[in-house]
Amino acid sequence: MSTLEVRNLVKDFTIRKGLRRTRLRAVNDVSFTLEPGRTIAVVGESGSGKSTVARMIAQLETPTSGEILLDGTPSATRGRGLDAYRHDVQMVFQDPFASLNPFHTVGHHLERPLRLHEVARGREALDARIHELLERVNLTPAPVFAAKQPHEMSGGQRQRVAIARALAPGARFLVADEPVSMLDVSIRLGVLNLLARLQREENLGVLYITHDLATARHFSDEILVMFRGNVVERGPSDQVILDPQHEYTKLLLSAAPEPANHGRLREEVRRELAAAGAGEPADRDRFGTRGL
Amino acid sequence: MTATTTTAEPLSSDRHAAYLVGKEPVLTARHVSIDYEVEPVVHAVKDVSLTLHRGEILGLAGESGCGKTTLAYGLNRLLKPPALLTSGTVTFHDQDGPDVDVVALTGDALRAFRWDKVSMVFQGAMNSLNPVISVRDQLGDVLKTHRPGMSRAERASRSAELLELVGVDPLRLDSYAHELSGGMRQRVMIAMALALDPQVMIMDEPTTALDVVVQRGILREIMRLREQLGFAVVFITHDLPLLLEISDRIAVMLRGEIVEIDTAEAVFEAAQHPYTRRLLGSFPSLTGDRGAFVRTGEGTGESQEGPHA
Ligand SMILES: Nc1ncnc2c1ncn2[C@@H]1O[C@H](COP(=O)(O)OP(=O)(O)OP(=O)(O)O)[C@@H](O)[C@H]1O
Ligand SMILES: Nc1ncnc2c1ncn2[C@@H]1O[C@H](COP(=O)(O)OP(=O)(O)O)[C@@H](O)[C@H]1O
Ligand SMILES: [Mg+2]
Ligand SMILES: [Mg+2]
Repeated sequence: MSTLEVRNLVKDFTIRKGLRRTRLRAVNDVSFTLEPGRTIAVVGESGSGKSTVARMIAQLETPTSGEILLDGTPSATRGRGLDAYRHDVQMVFQDPFASLNPFHTVGHHLERPLRLHEVARGREALDARIHELLERVNLTPAPVFAAKQPHEMSGGQRQRVAIARALAPGARFLVADEPVSMLDVSIRLGVLNLLARLQREENLGVLYITHDLATARHFSDEILVMFRGNVVERGPSDQVILDPQHEYTKLLLSAAPEPANHGRLREEVRRELAAAGAGEPADRDRFGTRGL
Repeated sequence: MTATTTTAEPLSSDRHAAYLVGKEPVLTARHVSIDYEVEPVVHAVKDVSLTLHRGEILGLAGESGCGKTTLAYGLNRLLKPPALLTSGTVTFHDQDGPDVDVVALTGDALRAFRWDKVSMVFQGAMNSLNPVISVRDQLGDVLKTHRPGMSRAERASRSAELLELVGVDPLRLDSYAHELSGGMRQRVMIAMALALDPQVMIMDEPTTALDVVVQRGILREIMRLREQLGFAVVFITHDLPLLLEISDRIAVMLRGEIVEIDTAEAVFEAAQHPYTRRLLGSFPSLTGDRGAFVRTGEGTGESQEGPHA
């Protein structure tokens, strides 16, 4: 069966402090397997290594150790082999404002991967494919959108272009790093529903990185929770959300905004301050994660 | 007054009237209209009147394109052509001096006003950090410009303190933007807005790239600081559950107009405008059902891909 597997992925970065350098382990021994038609969600702490995992899968970053296997074969890192890999594995980024070139039309953005991966040849065939892609992401009338430039579109429309571009080579796996977090809620669900439909139609394997626990649950089969470079919990979506085991997962779930708690945070802060009097404790655990 | 007709006055309740008693304004917008002078003209903000009170957290909610960011720019005199404030006044009631006519500010007076009196966290701020300047120098620059009396060592320790406040390890002072995660960059921008103890902070989608633990931690810090320092916050987001939790009041914007304004409590318990109710109902719930989200294709999923999306 076709799979995209990552095995024991590790990534170290060096950070500077004046002249000194320290090693930072951004990703520590992460493994999972994407399968056609299934979605794995990665949730977790900001800075816990989610995007770094995505960037390694997209071959934008080289793993310090570990493997990325497409259908059981280690992925190529350059040349033709890399082109072939990119044909199958595509990426959608968080920022629909930055990921499109402001000087090029939508049509141009879609034409490049179609040419590169030799999906279509000749003006007519190319245009037909471009229009078909735009229709699939609900950007109609397609010829009108093909002629538009990025700044003439809303964030949601731009993200649809990014999705269409990722689908253009006929990819089997899609890595989506916070694809909707910059979009308003009114648009967010639309884009996710669209992704879900395309997934069904193409039998795509999807890696969905998000901070939104509710959509992680409803949009995916399995959830991985990352904390400081490690996967601290994983399991079927409902199980992770409804019956969390790790302390960080519990903390994450308890921190999700709850409209019924309106005013509570304010009262908590006021009580705390009143209790502390004028003097403030010098060393507070601001995020509640210190002991973890 | 029925909820479905467009009225000049936003809907609000008795609770709202009771809340307002004795509140002191810090920023007042009166009949503000803002156009984008393009072909055809976009009337992005239409006759909006809004008062921000000292120490208050005012949430501004509404869907994409309704004019939230444009209004925020208007409040801080950041509008650039083709955007034009066609009518209305914005007044800042300075704690340390006379009222300021924000619309008339220019040159040095404007520079002194921004960041110092009213600071802003921009939407997509995570991408507005300068890529070739370290975090230390970006924070340092703000302090150097506005607090020329500060020594180098004072700037360094203030910068470290600010990073700590937003949960970024001060070890990262020498990092560049591309070496930080999206959420860290967003936090650096929040630290920058806090740097000069402003009286008003305007935050446009400031926490969209953060996990909820960090988000809550930062909001807690902001709420704690405002209790201590008394600044006011305009918090713009489409995340209504979040707004309900942190705001004292919430204004709901629809197509350039504020259609409802009320206390968070009243919005949660008894929203009056149908649009506000729709916003409240459209979220998939964490532990309950899917809301309008349909993954499997049965039911109404396709139509939920939405005409505006
Ligand atoms: N090029 C780089 N050089 C040095 N450190 C880096 C680099 N890229 C990422 N890092 C560090 O690696 C860690 C993980 O970053 P990553 O972007 O993967 O986090 P994330 O989980 O995606 O966070 P967020 O939710 O905030 O986007 C962070 O500490 C980050 O600062
Ligand atoms: N530079 C611009 N030129 C023309 N129209 C614009 C420009 N920027 C924003 N608009 C329009 O103004 C309206 C309000 O936009 P904005 O304030 O960004 O909304 P929000 O922040 O609520 O998403 C929208 O109709 C948008 O398309
Ligand atoms: Mg990231
Ligand atoms: Mg905006």
